[in-house]
Amino acid sequence: MMMRPAITRRFYVAGIAAWLGSMTPASAFLAYVSNEKSNTVSVIDTDSWTVTATIKVGQRPRGIELTRDGKAVLVAVGDDDTVQVIDVASQKVVDSLPSGPDPELFTQDAAGKILYVANENDNTVTVIDIEKRARIGDVQVGVEPEGMALSPDGKILINTSETTNMAHFIDTTTREIVANVLVDARPRYAEFKRDGSELWVSSEIGGTVSVIDPAKRVVVDKIEFAIPGLRREAIQPVGIGMTKDAKTAFIALGPANRIAVVDVASRKVTKYLLVGQRVWHVAFTPDEKYLLTTNGVSNDVSVIDVAAQKVIKTIQVGELPWGVAMPRP
Amino acid sequence: MIGWLIGVLAVCAVMSPALAADPVTIGIGYLGQTGVKATLSFVELPSENDGIAGARLAIADNNTTGKFLNQQFKLDDIRLREGEDPAKAASELASRNAFIIADLPPTALLQAADAVRDTGTVLFNAGAADDRLREADCRANVIHIAPTRSMLADALAQYLVWKQWKRWLLVTGSHDSDKLEADAYRRAATRFGAKIVQERVFEDTGGARRTDSGVALIQKQIPVFTQQAPAYDVLIAADESEVFASYLPYRTWDARPVAGSAGLRPTSWDGAQDQWGAIQLQNRFMKLNSRRMTALDMQAWLATRMIGEAASRTNSGDGKAILAFLKTPEFSIAGFKGQRLTIRDWNLQLRQPVLLVDGRMVVSVSPQEGFLHQVSELDTLGIDRPESKCRLQ
Repeated sequence: MMMRPAITRRFYVAGIAAWLGSMTPASAFLAYVSNEKSNTVSVIDTDSWTVTATIKVGQRPRGIELTRDGKAVLVAVGDDDTVQVIDVASQKVVDSLPSGPDPELFTQDAAGKILYVANENDNTVTVIDIEKRARIGDVQVGVEPEGMALSPDGKILINTSETTNMAHFIDTTTREIVANVLVDARPRYAEFKRDGSELWVSSEIGGTVSVIDPAKRVVVDKIEFAIPGLRREAIQPVGIGMTKDAKTAFIALGPANRIAVVDVASRKVTKYLLVGQRVWHVAFTPDEKYLLTTNGVSNDVSVIDVAAQKVIKTIQVGELPWGVAMPRP
Repeated sequence: MIGWLIGVLAVCAVMSPALAADPVTIGIGYLGQTGVKATLSFVELPSENDGIAGARLAIADNNTTGKFLNQQFKLDDIRLREGEDPAKAASELASRNAFIIADLPPTALLQAADAVRDTGTVLFNAGAADDRLREADCRANVIHIAPTRSMLADALAQYLVWKQWKRWLLVTGSHDSDKLEADAYRRAATRFGAKIVQERVFEDTGGARRTDSGVALIQKQIPVFTQQAPAYDVLIAADESEVFASYLPYRTWDARPVAGSAGLRPTSWDGAQDQWGAIQLQNRFMKLNSRRMTALDMQAWLATRMIGEAASRTNSGDGKAILAFLKTPEFSIAGFKGQRLTIRDWNLQLRQPVLLVDGRMVVSVSPQEGFLHQVSELDTLGIDRPESKCRLQ
């Protein structure tokens, strides 16, 4: 923790130099952070790096994403058994979607029409028509479904189940499971490489990220983490962010309080960045200049300069920040 | 039930391309005793299905996973009545199952383990906290899920020392198990730098735990029993037999907190535990059993899940293959306690964080920050490898 002010100060110099160099104001985006305990969503302006609004939402907000048209923010409020819709213009909850019980994470199709929601409480993935606000299907999966990802071609939906310890491959046309890939304990998050050639799944308790070949549907590699002075049990990978060019991945390591920077090609960790406590999830700004991380226990968000691979700022948000959403790069 | 089965079969039919092996049935025996332990608190009286309810939930969880791997799990339950032979029952269960979850007192557990030793059957000790079962009396075919008395005492001691409540008044019951619990607290005090300023014994003189005018009498007895103690920070009660500990809080002569068998209690699980995703497990348990999940339920759930986990990792229902995997360093299990749980290879005890609970909330979870260990901080709880008397065979 002692290192953070120093890193921040160094950023100011680098950051100001960068701004002077471009001589144009950084384009501002809005990031939405779900605060699991406060029952709020903090809105962060990425120009000033300040919280500009705090939106009241339902009980226990976690999974959060913008709709494809950028007009709404969807947030899973698990203890209210629904996904709420926040209108971006008015920054208010305007509607809700009929998810199953205890929704946690979700993903939407490329057109932004269909939402797939993991319902932790009843071993199902719910399929929702976003426009009609209607539940149009269910898929039975393993125990405690959590991570959700769609293949870039939209044909395969991935769901990870935390106690079954599998990545389920679901055909989006038939909504049937077509394959199950065993991964390490408590798989929490799934992320495809943009070209669809690899699927990465983080295992929180197993302490690894499995690299899966989506065509063969087998684990081809496992990324492991080792941080000097930290016991292995404290390294608990959760959120994954991969750059569009698929060169670099940033993996949140939970109570290890660090983000692992991974060279995607070699699957080697090149750096560990110290962020806040129990780091959950990550999101890039649309220009991919910055990566935001939610630090659950320290109630803040760290901002990482993606090119410099440095933490440049910490922003206080609500209690137990969990998810973070920005327009997809 | 039949509808559900048809549903499962339908799913299996659809998924057949993904299925690798022939259908495998994995039988798990459950060996317990009839009757429930008497408790001072009426609300803490265990349910008839205490323990096995957790195993049943884990069977359902294992079967949800098993349908993707063509594995099916079955529970086979025997309850011993007073005087019945644990060895005979264990042999009967072993004739049908490669695994037995046992909730038995230490002597009966050893009889059961030794009776099935040659069949290759593995026992999962879900109920007995006795250190000797992991020490001088350890067995190569018994995996211990229940934390030991020394693990529980160390977990509490770390917190009390962190809290700077280092002067303890130790009150012990007059039964053997109470004395073993007191031994664990004495050991913990020495290990973590607490001081037992005085010891007292609360004699069990018999009598009913529930009477119509009980409170009036207790209110007179307890202040007298606890007066004239040297200066102390916390009263530690060692009363596994449930004779007096729950009478202590709010009634001590000095205004002091109570810990141990009442007040702040160390336990492997509690109905109030809702961190690290535990709420999903608690909800599933509540839905199935219409009551909260106890430590014994959790220990049986973990045992059953460990078998399920090893079966899916090895893609096998073979007892020997599963046991071999359980004993490898690769094995770990997620137990909703914030980190992986692994097995101590020198005595087959499951490493685990210990919750400190007050009956309504989880107050803390040990190991406490700052208690370091060269292998695993979980090994700061209980008897560690260098001190162990266990020689597995």
